Amino acid sequence: MSEVRLVGISKHYEGSGAARPALERLDLTIPSGELVVLVGPSGCGKSTTLRIVAGLEEPTTGQVLIDDRDVTRVAPAQRDIAMVFQSYALYPHMTVFENLAFALRIRKLADAEIRRRVEEVARSLEIEAYLDRRPRALSGGQRQRVAIGRAVVRQPAVFLFDEPLSNLDAKLRGDMRREIARIHQLTQTTSMYVTHDQVEAMTLADKIVVLKDGTIQQVGSPMEIYDAPANRFVAGFFGTPTMNFLPARAERVNGHLAVRGQGFELAVDAAATASPAAGDVTLGIRPERVTLDERPTAVPLAARVELREVLGAEVVLHLGSPAGELTVRADARAAARPGDALTVWLDPGAVHLFDGRSEQRL
Amino acid sequence: MSAASPAGTRRPSVLAQVATYAALLVVTMAVLYPVLLVCKKAFEPGRQFALSASPMPRDLTLDHFRDLASAEGPHGELLFLRHALNSLVAALATTVVGVVLSCTAAYALSRFRFPGRRAGLTTFLVVQMFPASMLLLPLYVLLDRMGMLNSLVGLVLVYATTAIPFCVWTLKGYFDSLPKELEEAARIDGAGPWRVFFTIMLPLARPGIAVTALFSFMTAWNEFIMASTFMTDETRYTLPVLLQSSVGQYSADWGLFAAGAIVTSLPVMALFYVLQRSLVGGLTSGSVKG
Ligand SMILES: Nc1ncnc2c1ncn2[C@@H]1O[C@H](COP(=O)(O)OP(=O)(O)O)[C@@H](O)[C@H]1O
Ligand SMILES: [Mg+2]
Repeated sequence: MSEVRLVGISKHYEGSGAARPALERLDLTIPSGELVVLVGPSGCGKSTTLRIVAGLEEPTTGQVLIDDRDVTRVAPAQRDIAMVFQSYALYPHMTVFENLAFALRIRKLADAEIRRRVEEVARSLEIEAYLDRRPRALSGGQRQRVAIGRAVVRQPAVFLFDEPLSNLDAKLRGDMRREIARIHQLTQTTSMYVTHDQVEAMTLADKIVVLKDGTIQQVGSPMEIYDAPANRFVAGFFGTPTMNFLPARAERVNGHLAVRGQGFELAVDAAATASPAAGDVTLGIRPERVTLDERPTAVPLAARVELREVLGAEVVLHLGSPAGELTVRADARAAARPGDALTVWLDPGAVHLFDGRSEQRL
Repeated sequence: MSAASPAGTRRPSVLAQVATYAALLVVTMAVLYPVLLVCKKAFEPGRQFALSASPMPRDLTLDHFRDLASAEGPHGELLFLRHALNSLVAALATTVVGVVLSCTAAYALSRFRFPGRRAGLTTFLVVQMFPASMLLLPLYVLLDRMGMLNSLVGLVLVYATTAIPFCVWTLKGYFDSLPKELEEAARIDGAGPWRVFFTIMLPLARPGIAVTALFSFMTAWNEFIMASTFMTDETRYTLPVLLQSSVGQYSADWGLFAAGAIVTSLPVMALFYVLQRSLVGGLTSGSVKG
């Protein structure tokens, strides 16, 4: 059980010529035993963060603490961490057994103990049959299992995963995701998991950290992030299809906010927001909260169907409206066809408001 | 890839194949003809190079090889054995020194960033551009000052310094091509720099090392100008010097020369054969993806 703490971490790659640092004043605590997922678009600094925790990169400023021990200048070998690379990074000239045993041999464990631990891990990851093979004789999924096994067998204080599943096909990715969840439940080891895939983030995380351009956008549980995104970027990053964004103007009218867009008007409980008196806003509403049938408190918006995507259990309707483009998740039996005019209903309780300029949640 | 385009998978016509093989045959013969002539001379009686263009000897004899093996020096020592031994010691020592130093240097230049790195790499490249004959005089003076004329140690020193720049560049290129994640994984697994070098990088660089070993060996084994300049004592000759002395200005024995040339080329061929197994690609396959 170990707590990892990043304090004021910045990273500026020397000679990269980039004007913007890869990471800027990052503060983050990964509580003991939790699985924290760092998520964000490519190039936002996820790997850099992980590599700084691993000791593969030195931060330009700031400190890395593991269990209150300052390890900022400590070699990776002395940090008691294990890392799973996106590219697997298996030792190609060693058998699977030797790959798993490598770290244990360095720690000079007895041969019998090494054998016991390697076999136990191999059994739990179902790679026993391949212990004598070289990595090149394994499939992608098997290699990934070996890479995970190599981390697990060490029983480290902290696990680091850098997009471990992004080289796998969709089905394997799901299997391995559950495998990682199972391992985490079993070992309760503090873990940092990097991905650009919001589904992985939602399904695996105790806590999600959303990164963009080297800065933290939001930290929270998956449901907090989904239900109360801190800004427009976070709101748009999570959820499929993405949240609808409609430009509007907000005005404070005795106790509530009147939000007016092209073709709709609704009142939002102002107590919920610390909004200024008036201004441009972006109204966000998730596709599943826009309905085709009338609800008591919902407000109508006239729209026209442009595209209908059938997903089986549901359909996704892409609509054009005076307020802007709109995506709606509807029951598969919904009759709407391209060209149809219809009225959709926006639930004021499900509306997110973002400041028009700063894009922060109001 | 080519499955989509019928043109890419079509087999060449018979005529095209015949033409290809005929061309290859001509080139092969052109390359092998001089070698065959030397072989012919080695087994043919007589000191003169016959003017016949045929690669087949008229008569067969092993006299030249016997002469080669039995030539004696002023104190009755067997010269050929001495020279072969000199060559072997010089070549092996050059190989060992060259490979050991260039492996470590190339790894450092490939993976570490330190002051002087670029300058060092450039220097290695620049010194490659000077022909050996230009360095002959300064090297002679240096070796003389150090008392290393007529010394195998001196010769190895010269050979190793000639071979190392090329070896370093070759090996550096090889180390550069090995995925960085492997080292990082090993470092996280607890390996120190030396263990990473010996247990991860060196085994994976085997093809590169084989190339540089071969190159170092051949640099020393085939070298003539320096050996003939620095080794004035007949017992210190290497095989190329012996070969040259057998076709001296006044008494050219081409039979002896040819026999010597064949014997001299055998170890290089053997080494090639042994090392070719290491000259395989794809050692890192299966290790990283994406
Ligand atoms: N070794 C490096 N040298 C220079 N710039 C780098 C290096 N590694 C990453 N970067 C830059 O830092 C930023 C963050 O990279 P990274 O942490 O790899 O992003 P992510 O893993 O989120 O895709 C990117 O802009 C990238 O170009
Ligand atoms: Mg990355």
